[in-house]
Amino acid sequence: MTGNGVTYRNHGENYNSPLSVCLPVSVCLYRSAYSSVCHAVSVHSVFVEYKDFKLIYRQYAALYIVVGVTDSENELSVYELVHNFVEVLDKYFSRVSELDIMFNLDRVHIILDEMIQNGHIVETNRSRILAPLNALDKMADS
Amino acid sequence: MSPSVPLQEMIRAIRSARTQCEERGVIQRECAAIRAQFRQSDNGGRSHNLAKLLYVHMLGYPAHFGQMECVRMIASPRYSEKRVGYLGAMMLLDEKQDASLLITNSIKNDLSHSNQYVQSLALCTLACMGSAEMCRDLAPEIDRLLRASNSYIKKKAALCAVHIVRKVQDLGELFTPAARSLLSEKNHGVLHGAVVLITELCEKNPETLERFRKTVPDLVQIMKGLAISGYSPEHDVAGISDPFLQVRILRLLRILGRNNEQASDAMNDLLAQVATNTDSTKTVGNAVLYETVLTVLDIKSESGLRVLAVNILGRFLLNNDRNIRYIAMTSLQKIVGSDHNAVQRHRGTIVDCLKDQDASVKRRALDLSLALVSATNIRSMMKELLLFLSSCPPELRAQAASGIFNAAERYAPSQRWHIDTILHVLTTAGGDVRDETVPNLIQLITNASELHCYTVHKLYRALLADISQQSLVQVACWCIGEYGDLLVRGECQEIEPVQVTEDDVLDALETVLQSHMSSPATRGFALTATMKLSTRITDNVDRIRSIVSIYGSCIDVELQQRAVEYNALFKKYDHMRAAVLERMPVIEKNSPRVIPMESPQGRPSRTSSQPKSSTESHWCPNHLLTSFSLPVCGVSQVCDLLDLLGGSEETLQPSPAVGGSAPGLPIHTASTAGGDLLDLLGGLEPAPIAPAPTVPVYEKEGVTLTLSCEKQSDSGLTVTLTASNSTDSDISSFTLQAAVPKSVQLHMKAPSGDFLPARGTANVTQMVVLNNPNKVVSVEAVPIRTASKSFFPLQVNLKMRIRISYTSQGSAFQDTVQIDSFPGFSAAIH
Repeated sequence: MTGNGVTYRNHGENYNSPLSVCLPVSVCLYRSAYSSVCHAVSVHSVFVEYKDFKLIYRQYAALYIVVGVTDSENELSVYELVHNFVEVLDKYFSRVSELDIMFNLDRVHIILDEMIQNGHIVETNRSRILAPLNALDKMADS
Repeated sequence: MSPSVPLQEMIRAIRSARTQCEERGVIQRECAAIRAQFRQSDNGGRSHNLAKLLYVHMLGYPAHFGQMECVRMIASPRYSEKRVGYLGAMMLLDEKQDASLLITNSIKNDLSHSNQYVQSLALCTLACMGSAEMCRDLAPEIDRLLRASNSYIKKKAALCAVHIVRKVQDLGELFTPAARSLLSEKNHGVLHGAVVLITELCEKNPETLERFRKTVPDLVQIMKGLAISGYSPEHDVAGISDPFLQVRILRLLRILGRNNEQASDAMNDLLAQVATNTDSTKTVGNAVLYETVLTVLDIKSESGLRVLAVNILGRFLLNNDRNIRYIAMTSLQKIVGSDHNAVQRHRGTIVDCLKDQDASVKRRALDLSLALVSATNIRSMMKELLLFLSSCPPELRAQAASGIFNAAERYAPSQRWHIDTILHVLTTAGGDVRDETVPNLIQLITNASELHCYTVHKLYRALLADISQQSLVQVACWCIGEYGDLLVRGECQEIEPVQVTEDDVLDALETVLQSHMSSPATRGFALTATMKLSTRITDNVDRIRSIVSIYGSCIDVELQQRAVEYNALFKKYDHMRAAVLERMPVIEKNSPRVIPMESPQGRPSRTSSQPKSSTESHWCPNHLLTSFSLPVCGVSQVCDLLDLLGGSEETLQPSPAVGGSAPGLPIHTASTAGGDLLDLLGGLEPAPIAPAPTVPVYEKEGVTLTLSCEKQSDSGLTVTLTASNSTDSDISSFTLQAAVPKSVQLHMKAPSGDFLPARGTANVTQMVVLNNPNKVVSVEAVPIRTASKSFFPLQVNLKMRIRISYTSQGSAFQDTVQIDSFPGFSAAIH
């Protein structure tokens, strides 16, 4: 489980301890294993109810991105947000894989901070999100 | 000490560790190195060290020793160090840590930094973990940034303001004007932040909500720009421009339009347009549609729009994508209370979702199916639910079982069906049912007296099949004990006859007693059942004696006590055995809803423990009744009268002792002079419905008003009021006005005239049609607009107040009378 880049935030709290990560990730892994056996695209729904939160996960090959939200959020919107995030990562790292995320965790955090702040969406436009990071890279190079 | 490795090396090292132990070793070594590095004051690799520490923290290892380092790095002038410092602060610090106070000053300085990226760092950190004091200190700064800066900062400042408002509610006032002005920005990020800020302000403070209702037209305009016109390449996601902003605006509109007609009207058009125009082939489109549907259902929308919304949900239900079905069911759950029929139409699809493979979908489908059970579809629904129960995941079993029980209890078409259903549930999921199921089922069985034979046969067979389900075994033992003679006799029309001998029965009970699967409670049931059989069967009483005496030395104290006492019954008190062990009487259902019937010897000053204390009221006996003298009867007389007036309603409540208000309960029934009450009502008495008796309700100054009722339909009543004048002078402009309780509808026909000639030569008749669709019986459902609330539930749902006004001898008179009993009505409803 430590190999997968699972980071998720919920209103500013980071669920980073393995204990709280365990259950939802195990659910996700179980579901994906089951679906790969069945060769079905979406055998399971991506929504899991966990305590009084809802978890929405999305699988990209070996990478799972899990987002925890409260009851009042629009789940499909969050689903799309996850995809947006991955697209941004894709643009920055050019064809992102989970290794990219692992070894550049600070950059990923910067991107995440540009997109989501304290649980709310800040910006969804790819170029605008990456502008500060590109500027930073230029500063570091020069 | 090993030299510190760069971050990437460390990550590789950790990932290549093959066991947990190895990994821990690597991490401990690294942490030691990091700690040493922190102790050395200034070196170039500080940011790398902290980054490593954060990685370690993410894996779950303790990293609190890095907090002070974060504080130091935040204060550093170099951007890379600041960046990692702030990230560390967000991850390692929260308001409970003391170190968080130390960064307040740094944040304050950075908020006015010249570099916008530094400002944004500070804003981000403040938004994530700012404590209440920090927020209070820095709120004016944030406000300044909200107004005058570039859009990059504005959007972050807006979200920071959201956090501040959450932490310190009073500061909401500070941000309201800024939030309002931000709505006119073009930049989507800023707009987004503004909408979130306004949403937060409105949720926290209802007055702010009122103020922001005026922004509904602006919001509608923005939405139109997004949804309908134009393609904006910047924020396009699969053909829909900025769906995230659309969703947020819709949510704000929902909050603004709730419970407010005006705002809802302003939104109707827009919602209809969005609902029809949004492309629903992609998930994005569905997300926007979903939010639209939620908004429509929550505000006071017009019915056409509501139908559209429910139809969209219906379309979602038929979608192939499981996720969409899931959210459709979630939203249907919210409206199943209010738009029940609309949801019923999709019952088939919902029941099919019970068979879905996904656990979340199943859970939703179960909730919704249970909500959709009604008297008409109970049989088919129950079949599906029982099927579901046999294959459902274990975490849903308990919920399903209790849901099935509730539904069966409410809508059972017959007792036999009810018993069958409960038995089925007990056999499939007996381990997951609640404890009170057993007594409930027993009570149900005793009530169904004609089904005793059938029940006991079925239970016996179930017992033979499986003795692991405790609840089932308990019920089975109890029934065999009670009705063992029926079992042995073997005759039962409804089941194929099977010969059961007394030995078989005793064998079964003994198996239960000796099985290791039986719980102590179950053993107790079995032992008692065995004992009861000693009076029901004839041949094997000795065997029973031996069984019982064995358990006299059982380890379980409860069983031992029972066995010893039963033994005593055999030995010393054999003469009492038959009496002690005879059939149990029918158990009364002791539900809180049923108010026990009081004896007619009511005690007026009794402090009663009424379940409905809200209906306690007091008479103001003199207030309204000066127009006619009332006999103050004792309660017992009153209750007799109530009996006379047409059978006892099941809720007879004696008067409460409320501050010693009234000694007795005068009835507002018609009476002209004292003492006639009983005679009057005696005339109304027994069962044959007197054809529309006329009852005088008002008599004063020579004007008499009489009342007669006729029942038209199940809830309708026609009341005829006849007025006559016995004075010597004519009465003109005679009008009657009537008022009834809110739950009753009133329709007054045209009076026959308004002139009452002297000495009763002619009458004026007024017909009033009353419709009582609710036929409410409980007292509190009727807000009675009179000073004195009737405490007697007799016909409490129907009262009428009549205002009489007329002119006589040149002067105007007005009077009011209250009618509480409608004699024809009461006799008619029974």
